[in-house]
Amino acid sequence: MSDAMFDAGVKEYREHYWDDSYVPSDTDILAAFRVTPQPEVAREEAAAAVAAESSTGTWTTVWTDALTDLERYRARAYRIAPVPGSTEQFIAYVAYPLDLFEEGSVVNLMSSIVGNVFGFKAVRALRLEDLRLPIAYLKTFQGPPHGIRVERDKLNKHGRPLLGCTIKPKLGLSPRNYGRAVYECLRGGLDFTKDDENINSQPFMRWRDRYEFVMEAVRKAEAETGERKGHYLNVTAGSFEDQMERAEFAKELGSPIIMVDYLTAGFTAHTSLSKWCRRNGMLLHCHRAMHAVIDRQKEHGIHWRVLAKWLRMAGGDHVHNGTVVGKLEGDRAATMAVNDLLREDFVAEDPSRGVYFDQPWASLPPVFPVASGGIHVWHMPDLVAIFGDDAVFQFGGGTLGHPWGNAAGATANRVALEACVQARNEGRDVALEGSAILKAAAKGSPELRAAMETWKDIRFEFDEVDRLDVSDDQPVGAGAKGGSA
Amino acid sequence: MTRRLGTFSYLPPMTTEQLRAQVANVVDLGLVPWVEYATDPAPGDHLWSLWRLPMTDGPGLDEVLAEIDACAAANPNANIRLVGYDPARQNQAVSFVARSAAGA
Repeated sequence: MSDAMFDAGVKEYREHYWDDSYVPSDTDILAAFRVTPQPEVAREEAAAAVAAESSTGTWTTVWTDALTDLERYRARAYRIAPVPGSTEQFIAYVAYPLDLFEEGSVVNLMSSIVGNVFGFKAVRALRLEDLRLPIAYLKTFQGPPHGIRVERDKLNKHGRPLLGCTIKPKLGLSPRNYGRAVYECLRGGLDFTKDDENINSQPFMRWRDRYEFVMEAVRKAEAETGERKGHYLNVTAGSFEDQMERAEFAKELGSPIIMVDYLTAGFTAHTSLSKWCRRNGMLLHCHRAMHAVIDRQKEHGIHWRVLAKWLRMAGGDHVHNGTVVGKLEGDRAATMAVNDLLREDFVAEDPSRGVYFDQPWASLPPVFPVASGGIHVWHMPDLVAIFGDDAVFQFGGGTLGHPWGNAAGATANRVALEACVQARNEGRDVALEGSAILKAAAKGSPELRAAMETWKDIRFEFDEVDRLDVSDDQPVGAGAKGGSA
Repeated sequence: MTRRLGTFSYLPPMTTEQLRAQVANVVDLGLVPWVEYATDPAPGDHLWSLWRLPMTDGPGLDEVLAEIDACAAANPNANIRLVGYDPARQNQAVSFVARSAAGA
């Protein structure tokens, strides 16, 4: 190789991308990856490979490396931590310099940190468990168009969780029948109704017809009850132009809120819509179809807490999170940690909840978590106790499945909700006394009585697929503190 | 169709004890209480008439109840709302109609 004009060849990644003496800077983006390496690859080498492939590195040395200040731009794997109960997997902590990322772009963040590296052969599987977004980077985002507090003020709804319902059957209703179903729910006492995620603009119900009938229902229910109402008009569409045409028409009709499926629409389309919502005073509800494809498997993919953080950055006023008690996956501690990540201005590192890093939010507005999926009136005391006031509870079947119809189902849920809030404010333990509280409230509400009778034995008790790894002696967090385990 | 005025409007009218417990909660949480009233508010009406000023000096339970009574006596046909405001979050943590115009 005497004719080589630079030090060509394949080097061990750890030479440049592993540094256990590195102390992360306040402006670094920090990542915690769950790594399952190939059997013959050392942990430090696998961790360094992840850092390299998600930043400046490629598989072989290139002469243009020498034209770059790699010291400034490379990411560093700086710590390895064991995964309790696993000899194979470990957690690799990687620090990325801020200059690697475009301001205000979740898309750019994704292309780097969850890009090619996830198909990299040196690791058998890879999962992004958490990201620490530094204040310096968050300040390049505006986040939710309005946030919880402004939404409450706009809608004049305070001191209780909000109530919603997804209209069913999810596909097949005509626009006029759909409007009827919306009206019945809203006049019965719900705050919101919702398009299902796969309702876009199909032959049985084109979007413009749906919007018109739905908004007639919203206006009539408002006039009759004296309360503000809304229906999440789904503007998700096959192209950006169609999406925006739908948003503009929703605004023209006076809808206070629209919805988008932020993962299937993609972050570019979503972020543009979020900014449009801020400019136009429109609330934005975000569905998360496809999230389970990305976040459900423990060994590979992206944890939901990261997808939720990205949503708060790109901006949404509501986002679906677990229910803890309903039909969908969601470990309780992990779900509650995500609620905090959506609602609080600072969330402390807490290995027992799967939070790997301190996360300051730099005053980005908070997002309403939406609890939806297999919940009914008997869940209300637990929901109030677990979620507190700043959440939206969505009872689909739990409203529409009421034996007397939507309006009675809505009233039953509203009465149950208010009875639980009243009891909580009186200092009672709502989770413990839930049954007695509901029974007392049902004395004054035949609608609630019928709902309680209908769903008295319905429970969803299955094992979670994605459990937290927790042991008393081996915390999985402590990531931002530096040093090697 | 019954007109509804926010939180607790789907429950029976509060008894004196129940109202007292809700006001005690506002006081115990250290929220700033204020009383506002309106006779026939529209759904989107954010500006009910303010009864005096927000009680920012840490009022006691009886003091707040007395303001509700005084407002109701001066405005017998109005809905009387109690707000518990949280200055740290700049939001109303509590808001409900303590006396409805129906006379309940």
